[in-house]
Amino acid sequence: MHELSIAISMIDQIREESESRGGLEVEVVHLKLGIFSGVDKEALLFAWELACEGSTLQGSRLAIESIPLVIYCEACQKNRVPPSVYQLSCPDCGTPGQKIVTGREIEVASLEVVA
Amino acid sequence: MSTRMVEVRAKVMKQNDLLARALRERFTREGTCVVGLVSSPGSGKTAFLEKLLRGLARDSRVAALVGDLATENDAARLRRATPNVRQITTGTVCHLDAQMVEKALESWRLDRIDFLFIENVGNLVCPSSYDLGEELRFVLLSATEGEDKPLKYPTIFNSSDVAIITKMDLAEAAEFDLAAARRNIESVRPGMQVLEVSAKTGAGMQTVFDLLHAQLARARHSQVAATL
Repeated sequence: MHELSIAISMIDQIREESESRGGLEVEVVHLKLGIFSGVDKEALLFAWELACEGSTLQGSRLAIESIPLVIYCEACQKNRVPPSVYQLSCPDCGTPGQKIVTGREIEVASLEVVA
Repeated sequence: MSTRMVEVRAKVMKQNDLLARALRERFTREGTCVVGLVSSPGSGKTAFLEKLLRGLARDSRVAALVGDLATENDAARLRRATPNVRQITTGTVCHLDAQMVEKALESWRLDRIDFLFIENVGNLVCPSSYDLGEELRFVLLSATEGEDKPLKYPTIFNSSDVAIITKMDLAEAAEFDLAAARRNIESVRPGMQVLEVSAKTGAGMQTVFDLLHAQLARARHSQVAATL
């Protein structure tokens, strides 16, 4: 369970962002989370509340957008969604895909702040 | 109350990734071949590492960092092979990060080390998100664990470069299906090299030594290129 560490990193990052913009009152944090990032969505949501306690982000909501796993198929020369996270091959031609296009991201996309 | 959107687009792992990159550049500059080891608890990481250190120490300078939640037991065990061992005790943290590695390296002369091994905390989930600056990552899977581990933990297998199947001396007793294990590894990380070893009997260890020596030669080559 490293989701608490991830949540703390996020809070540090958002604090920096907020300071550089003269202080933001954050209501919602929008996060892009790849399903192949090794971070569990539910665990992160749980950790978020804990990590925010006593910080300026207390009471903020974490909105997570799940990013699918997409691989590049050398044979089809196209991006493809593999049949599952444990079968990294092209759903059409079956060629194993070594290149991951999306699915690993852990990225704070935007903040919804009080206007 | 009205709200507005502020674009951020910040990678959460940015700090760790930047530090890992700095470490990687440092390892290249010093010509040190750095290998990370990840696996579940009890898969034989420390026994394998002890064998590696002993074998390589015959003609190379070796060192190791070992991560655990608690105790210095692993470091004490590895010091039988080389005095250059440091334990990183993470407390409650389930993985190593680049900062812990940087701190643990303090005062070590990397230019006097050929091979540095970083043994992560036994965990097949969390370490996959943290780059430690290593050049190669070994993921260990023991013959007693079952052949479907790669399918259950695809991210860690995918983030690794070489799979090492350990405890092969117990494969028969455990009815380990080697072909299925290889198939499952291929499924989650197409093209990954798979080696079978027994730290107990020494079987298969030579192949690992050869692979590491080839990697060191590459590291030395990059070092020369970096100083030009």
